[in-house]
Amino acid sequence: MVTDGTLAKIILLALPLAFLAYRLLPQRFPLALTLPAGIVLGAALSTVTITLLPPGIISYVVSFVVMASIYSVLTLGLNVQWGYTGLFNIGIAAFFAIGAFTSALVTTLPPEGAFAQFSQQLFGLGAPFLIGVLAAGITAGILAFLVGIPTLRLREDYLAIATIGIAELTRLIFQNERWLANGPQPLRGIPQPLKCLVEDPVCAWLPGPLQDVFGGLAARDYVWVYMLVVTVILAVVFLILERMLRSPWGRVLRAIREDEESAAMNGKDVARFRMQAFIFGAVIMGVGGSLYAHYFISIDYSHFDPLYATFLIWVMLMLGGSGNNRGAILGAFVTWGIWTGTTFVIDEFRPVLAAISSDLPARGPYFRFTLISLLLIGILLFRPRGMLGEEKEVTRP
Amino acid sequence: MALLEVRGVTSGYGQMEVLHDISLEVGSGEIVSIIGPNGAGKSTAMKAVFGLLKPWQGEIVFDGKQIGGLSPDRIVQLGLCFVPQVENVFPNLTVDENLDMGGYLVRGSLAARKQRIFDMFPRLAERRRQRAGKMSGGERQMVAMGRALMLEPRLLMLDEPSAGLAPLMVDVIFETIRTINDAGVAVLMVEQNARKSLELADRGYVLATGRNQLDGNGDELLDNPEVARLYLGG
Amino acid sequence: MTETPVNLQPRPIERIRTLMASRLGGVILLLMVFAIILIATLVKGVPTQQLVSLTVRGLMLGGIIALGAIGLTLISGVLKMANFAHGDFMSLGAYMALLAIALLPTGQPMGPFSFGPEFLAALLFAMLVVGFIAWLFDRFIYRRLRARRTMSVVIAMASLGVALLVRSLIYISWGGDFSFFYTGRARPATAELFMGIRVRPDQLFILGLAVVFIIMIWFVLERTRLGKAMRATADNPDLARISGINTDRVVMWTWFIGGALAGASGVMYGLDAQLRPEMGWFLLLPLFASVILGTLGNPYGALVGALVIGVAWQVSSAFLNPAYGPAVAFVVMIIVLLFRPQGLFGKAGS
Repeated sequence: MVTDGTLAKIILLALPLAFLAYRLLPQRFPLALTLPAGIVLGAALSTVTITLLPPGIISYVVSFVVMASIYSVLTLGLNVQWGYTGLFNIGIAAFFAIGAFTSALVTTLPPEGAFAQFSQQLFGLGAPFLIGVLAAGITAGILAFLVGIPTLRLREDYLAIATIGIAELTRLIFQNERWLANGPQPLRGIPQPLKCLVEDPVCAWLPGPLQDVFGGLAARDYVWVYMLVVTVILAVVFLILERMLRSPWGRVLRAIREDEESAAMNGKDVARFRMQAFIFGAVIMGVGGSLYAHYFISIDYSHFDPLYATFLIWVMLMLGGSGNNRGAILGAFVTWGIWTGTTFVIDEFRPVLAAISSDLPARGPYFRFTLISLLLIGILLFRPRGMLGEEKEVTRP
Repeated sequence: MALLEVRGVTSGYGQMEVLHDISLEVGSGEIVSIIGPNGAGKSTAMKAVFGLLKPWQGEIVFDGKQIGGLSPDRIVQLGLCFVPQVENVFPNLTVDENLDMGGYLVRGSLAARKQRIFDMFPRLAERRRQRAGKMSGGERQMVAMGRALMLEPRLLMLDEPSAGLAPLMVDVIFETIRTINDAGVAVLMVEQNARKSLELADRGYVLATGRNQLDGNGDELLDNPEVARLYLGG
Repeated sequence: MTETPVNLQPRPIERIRTLMASRLGGVILLLMVFAIILIATLVKGVPTQQLVSLTVRGLMLGGIIALGAIGLTLISGVLKMANFAHGDFMSLGAYMALLAIALLPTGQPMGPFSFGPEFLAALLFAMLVVGFIAWLFDRFIYRRLRARRTMSVVIAMASLGVALLVRSLIYISWGGDFSFFYTGRARPATAELFMGIRVRPDQLFILGLAVVFIIMIWFVLERTRLGKAMRATADNPDLARISGINTDRVVMWTWFIGGALAGASGVMYGLDAQLRPEMGWFLLLPLFASVILGTLGNPYGALVGALVIGVAWQVSSAFLNPAYGPAVAFVVMIIVLLFRPQGLFGKAGS
């Protein structure tokens, strides 16, 4: 078990499960109790899952968790903008894309020699992953600031239209400007953090016994490592947001959301707070973009079309419950589950589709769009507060 | 039988009950005034009569017909018109167009009716093409009343017609109400300015905390020391 | 010596805003937009003939956009909501016409045009269908949300869902590729207008049809009871009800007219260019830019706005990558929002 990588996988899975268990345990028990309990539960769950479930299913679940976690980060960012502050941002794709491309550019090296003919990019610093993540967040934040200056003081509808415009403009730029990020060709070779854990020889900085444990991992097991990376970052973002929500800053945002006029009369500079929230949310979206880029290794403008990079995230937030961070994460996981789950369902229906028309099976993926749009409309009609949210988020007093 | 009868109406907003078992009547050609402190439910009572609020209990009968629960556009066809306190004109339409809207339900020419309105409000005749939103408070009130009169209602309901107006305009408006009434239109009004409205009214009702408190002739109420102390400001 | 407290002095940006809010400001805004474009063409040395040719093309494109923009602004004015599904209503119109053409017997092309009489029938069909479907969505979705006093932002969000729903059904029914109304037919010869500028007869037809529709809209709004009721409802919906106007009916007609115009716009765009499922979504930004430039709720403003946007779009293709067309509309919109958010014809604070 040690040498074939199973133990490594158990460890990698145990850590996020432990955190989850710790968070789900009732908060009134002392930390000294919940933390070890969480760790034990996590380890136990992980061992059970890995030893009992067939490897094919487990790999699928791990990939699922990675994507759902990336989307969770994006949804958390949207929650700050919409859930906390009521800003209707339909241009999530812009911040998502800019984060992804910035991180890619910062962490890759400019193509050399023969490659330079095929691939162009504005710059390449070859910096480490975390710097990429940081740069992604900062760039997205700067974009939010620039976009926010003319638009935040407008009515929400106008803000929405402006954000559509920004997303379109960003997409067009990444599509047409070769010198920037090789558009429309993909930007390849984005480095993967902690890749050495699955390489041979394994990371030199690991202590001896762990080197044996992780030595058993094959290159295709990298997704396990990335799952740990993503879930750690998700957890950090979540904790920061929970902190901020309960802080004085968070309370002011709440007050503005409930009753802007009286908040303004209490001397709060409403415009500044909204800008701060907008930027903060965008920074998180940028981080999400970075995580996306380092997972896919090769990205181009088509990854960030409005459907996958904006609409889907709105469904996630509305399904989970806007204004609620846990809701955001839950919504992301459930929606991603629905999104990927429908692929299976549609595959089952292929014969039926083929019987109706020979064109239909190829158009199978489009059925998902219909489903997701009906899901959003359904949520708004029948359960606008989503799974965990509050009613007053969506109605006027 | 009175032109308008409100019997035992209870109503409110959402879960909150504002009117408790209100009753009042307006006879043909009468001027009736409703006075009372702020938050007494006076405006709410108006809205309930005019179909902007559903009555939870009780009856509202106009000209022998049950109107409780009907929508405003149906009620207006029966000869009952309403001038709200705020947002009572179409701001981006001209005076002419406001009157046209008032006469929306009229089949046939509006010219004669508009002329009668302009005769009543000569100031408006001078400013026919001006946008209603750009007019002074008093002029806007005239447009609002003119709009409501286009359908030549039998009962005109006014929600605080003198609110926010300069004292000179207040007198003009009350004079206008008298003129309207002289032409045979019954008037039901809610008023903050209790003294002036009771001087004008044939009868009055005092409402407080959503309930009937007192009622009687305009003069009786004016002379009533309770009323004088509480609402007439000495 | 007393100083004016710092925060009472109007900052420069506020002085500019006050200027821009005046009547003159509207003219300045328009001049600014054109100046930017003209300077860019001068810098890039665009020949005059090309400039005029692009301007003419721009006016035609503007006519197409105008039909969509007028519908959108009517819906915004009467219903106070941003209809993000409007672009996809245009797409729906185009594809409904495509369906009709496929089903109807194909006639001979009429005169110098590329289409036969079945195209006109298809156009009518498309307008009726989209008008009806637009009303249907309101009846079953938006009306319920309004009854619950849902925030208009959330209603706009629902329209995003409707947009995707419509688009997905188009994808499923026709696939993701391009289509044309008529395939395998030789394109009719172009006619010369003046100064060596060539236009296709189809384009003149489109422009003419746009003018006809706009006149019809004017007639409905200014001379019919319905039109007055629409304007009153847009101005003060509660008072409209109190005046006896059946606002539910007004809403129904607004959606029908708005949808029908969007459908017509889509058909014309499809005739001029080609059909793709994303065609409408792609035009959403220019649509909103036209509406905002022309002042929300003002259909004549939307026409002017659309013409300006159309010209800006086409002329900018002389010095920018043509793919950036919608981005030009976006930039114009941002300029408007920065300096005169009420648009060319609105009043400050509205």
